[in-house]
Amino acid sequence: MDGFGAALADALSLILAGDADLLEIIGLSLRVTLSAVVLSCLIGLPIGAAVGAFRFPGRAAATVALNALMGLPPVVVGLIVYLAFSASGPFGVLGWLYTPKAMIVAQTIIVTPIVAALTRQVVEDLHREYAEQFASLGVGPMERVLALLWDARFSLLTVALAGFGRAVAEVGAVIIVGGNINHVTRVMTTAIALETSKGNLELALALGAVLLAIALVVNAAVMALRAAAVRSAYA
Amino acid sequence: MIRRGFLGLAAATLLAGGAAMADETFIIVQSTTSTQNSGLFDHLLPMFREKTGIEVRVVAVGTGQAIKNAENGDGDVLFVHAKPAEETFVAAGEGVSRSDVMYNDFVIVGPPADPAGVAGSKDVAAALAKIAAAGAPFASRGDDSGTNKAELRLWKEAGIDVKAASGGWYRETGSGMGATLNTGVAMGAYIMTDRATWISFGNKGDYVIAVEGDPKLFNQYGIILVNPAKHPNVKADLGQAFIDWVLSDEGQAAIAGYKINGEQLFFPNAPR
Repeated sequence: MDGFGAALADALSLILAGDADLLEIIGLSLRVTLSAVVLSCLIGLPIGAAVGAFRFPGRAAATVALNALMGLPPVVVGLIVYLAFSASGPFGVLGWLYTPKAMIVAQTIIVTPIVAALTRQVVEDLHREYAEQFASLGVGPMERVLALLWDARFSLLTVALAGFGRAVAEVGAVIIVGGNINHVTRVMTTAIALETSKGNLELALALGAVLLAIALVVNAAVMALRAAAVRSAYA
Repeated sequence: MIRRGFLGLAAATLLAGGAAMADETFIIVQSTTSTQNSGLFDHLLPMFREKTGIEVRVVAVGTGQAIKNAENGDGDVLFVHAKPAEETFVAAGEGVSRSDVMYNDFVIVGPPADPAGVAGSKDVAAALAKIAAAGAPFASRGDDSGTNKAELRLWKEAGIDVKAASGGWYRETGSGMGATLNTGVAMGAYIMTDRATWISFGNKGDYVIAVEGDPKLFNQYGIILVNPAKHPNVKADLGQAFIDWVLSDEGQAAIAGYKINGEQLFFPNAPR
C-alpha cells in the first residue's frame, strides 16, 4: 500500500495548501455535526437529567427506551427524515431536503438518545449522593436538575464528545437527506463513500485519516477546555 | 476565554446554516451514479452555470431510487437510463415529456483467467449462458438501477433464471456501480457495467473487458422535466432551461467533448 502513503501525503498537502474544496467539505462536516451536537445537548441533557433524578411511573421503561434508541441505525433515521422533508412529506414546504438543515435534523435525532441515555446514568449516580441533602434542604425539582447538571458538567463533556463521535462518523443518514451534492451537502463521510465508489481507495482512506485527525483535534480541544475549567473551579 | 471561543464557534456554525440557503437560483437533478462518477457533470455543469447563472445540484443514486425521489417531487429534472421505466414515469403524469440525450454501452468485465471462456465474445446472450453453465461468479447490482434492469433483461433473453442461483454463483450486492465493481473485482466475478464508469474507475485490478459490441448492450440516457402540475414546488422554468441547453447543439457538443485518456464516454443523440 505505498499508494496510501502517497495519497495521505497528497491529502495533507491539500489541507496545508488550503485547498478550497477540501476545506469546504471539512467545514461543512464540522458545521453540521457541531450544530447537531449542540441541539442534542439542549434536548438530551434535560431529558436525561429528569429521568435520572426523578421517580415516576414508567421510569424503568423510559430508561430502557433511551438506551435502546442509542442503537438507532443512521440509515433508518435518514429514511424517516427523508420522508418527513420530502416535497410530498409533512415538512416538504420548508424546502430543507438536500440542504445542511435536513442533515442537522437527522444527526440530532441520532445523537439526542446518546446524550440523554448517558446523561441519565451520570445524573442518577450523582443523585444517589445528593438525594438526602436535597431532601433536607427542601430543594425543588427544577433546582435539583440544574444543580445535578452543573455538578456533573465535566462528565457531561465526555457525553457530548460521545455524541460528536457518532455524528461525525455516520454516513447513512446524511447521504440520504443531503444527497452528497458537491459544494452544498458533501461532507467528509459522503466524500469518502463517493471516492470508494469511484475506486479511488487510497484517496478515500486518506480522507478517512483526515477525518480521524479532525476528531482528534476536536477531542483534544474539549479536553484542554475541561482541564482549564477544572483548574479554575478548584483553584 | 477558551470557552467563549468554543460557544462562539458553535453559534457561528448554527448561523452559517441559515445563511448558506439564501441563493435560490438552483435546480435539483435526480440522476445516476454513472453520470456522476464518470465526471460528466463536473464537465458540463460549470459551462451551463457560466451561460445561465443557474446552479445545478445533482443527487446521484440508482435509476430506481432517482425515479422514486422524483415521484415524491424531490427534484426538478430526472436524468437517468432506463427507457421503459422513464416512459412509465411520464405516462403516469409524473414527468412532462421525455427526450433522448446521449448513449453509451454496457460491457461485461472479468478476470484475465476468464473461467467461463467468454473473452472476446460479441454475443452477450451466449456469453451469459456460458457464465451460468460454468457457474462462474457474477456480481449483479441487485438494486433496481438502470444497469440492473438492463442486466436482468439480458439474463431473461438468455433464458436463465438468476433468482434460482442467487447466493450461489449469482451474487447481488444491492449497491451502486462502483461498490459492485469493488466487490466483484475482489471476488473474481464477472460484472456488467456501463463503459463510462468502467473507464473512469480507479480500482480495476487486473480486470479486462470480456464482452462488448453486441447491439443489445446499448445504453440510452433520457432527460425529463418533473411535472409541475403534479408537484407545484418544481422550478419548471429553470429545469426546462437546463433541459433545453443539454439538448441544444452547444450542450450536445459539450457531452461529446468529454473524454478520459482520449476516450469519449458518452455519445450525444438528442432528436434534431
